[in-house]
Amino acid sequence: MSLVAEYLSWPFLIAGSFFLLVGAIGVLRMPDFFTRLHPAGLVDTLGAGFIVVGLMCEAGFSQTSLKLLLIPVFLFFTTPTANHAVSHAALADGVKPWTRQKENDSS
Amino acid sequence: MYGGRKLAHTFGLFSVLFGVWLILSGFFTPFFLVMGVGCSVFAIFLAMRMEVIDHEAYPFHLTGSLLAYLPWLFWQVVLSNIDVARKILHPRLPISPVLTWVPAGQKSDLVTVIHANSITLTPGTVATAVEHGRIQVHCLTPENLAELEAGVLDRRVTALESGHQ
Amino acid sequence: MIFITLVAVILGMGITLVRAIAGPTIFDRILAVNVANTQTVLLIAVLGFLTERPDFIDLSLVYALISFVGTLAALKYFTHGHLGDSP
Repeated sequence: MSLVAEYLSWPFLIAGSFFLLVGAIGVLRMPDFFTRLHPAGLVDTLGAGFIVVGLMCEAGFSQTSLKLLLIPVFLFFTTPTANHAVSHAALADGVKPWTRQKENDSS
Repeated sequence: MYGGRKLAHTFGLFSVLFGVWLILSGFFTPFFLVMGVGCSVFAIFLAMRMEVIDHEAYPFHLTGSLLAYLPWLFWQVVLSNIDVARKILHPRLPISPVLTWVPAGQKSDLVTVIHANSITLTPGTVATAVEHGRIQVHCLTPENLAELEAGVLDRRVTALESGHQ
Repeated sequence: MIFITLVAVILGMGITLVRAIAGPTIFDRILAVNVANTQTVLLIAVLGFLTERPDFIDLSLVYALISFVGTLAALKYFTHGHLGDSP
């Protein structure tokens, strides 16, 4: 039974690691601040979600898995608020959004 | 009438606080249960002093329609996650971001905030400012913007408000 | 398998922290640190499973809440120049 749960957790853990790494690469790769907000959302939604689901499969139905469920619930409320606060402050501070058109003009 | 609704909000907040206590504690001995009730009542006392107990603190009048809305939102989040991941891993980085306003047809502040938060949670679109009747969004590609302007999300959230989900 | 996840999370944190160090504006740094906070929450939870100490989940929950407040506090400090209502 526990072996089955362990095998069940593998795809979730791999998918979570994949989205987390892709989000991190995106944060490094994107050209400006506003485009970097999107990969950040990748890490916070599916990266965290899949890893937590994978860990819940390992834990089985217990108090630990209920506690694990609280992590995405907290992230669900805090992530949009933090992202909105950062982007709003950046707009108010006068950070200009990067566009494809502008790059073509300058180059 | 007003007092009765306030009592209902207070009781809803208490059940949420005590539920979280039970999950985090895991002990069901009388001592821990009494401590949990005490802590929840103290937190409610603090919330009453701050005067933040109202329909926005714990929107349980939306619970039924939220249960239908959240799975749909989750599926949209999964789809757009895959889309954005493909764009990030693409060697040419096929993005051309746009920053514009989209209309938001919701009447109450609470549902407008749910709309903005849904936009932010979906990768590919981020809400940067909220005004009455419109939301400023930053989109990774014009396709993301076109998807928002088609208004599926807007209609879904508006249906949440009127309770016709 | 949990070990592979642990390696992936640490690798992701490293990549994100490069952006936090390199980021041209202060908002890039705050955003990158915010992402690294989420990854730290996952790192603590995964580490708890690897060492078979489920108490670590409580630590990661507390970290999730405190990192949110920390992000907002850092943002307020850098945009307003102070944290309180002092003139």
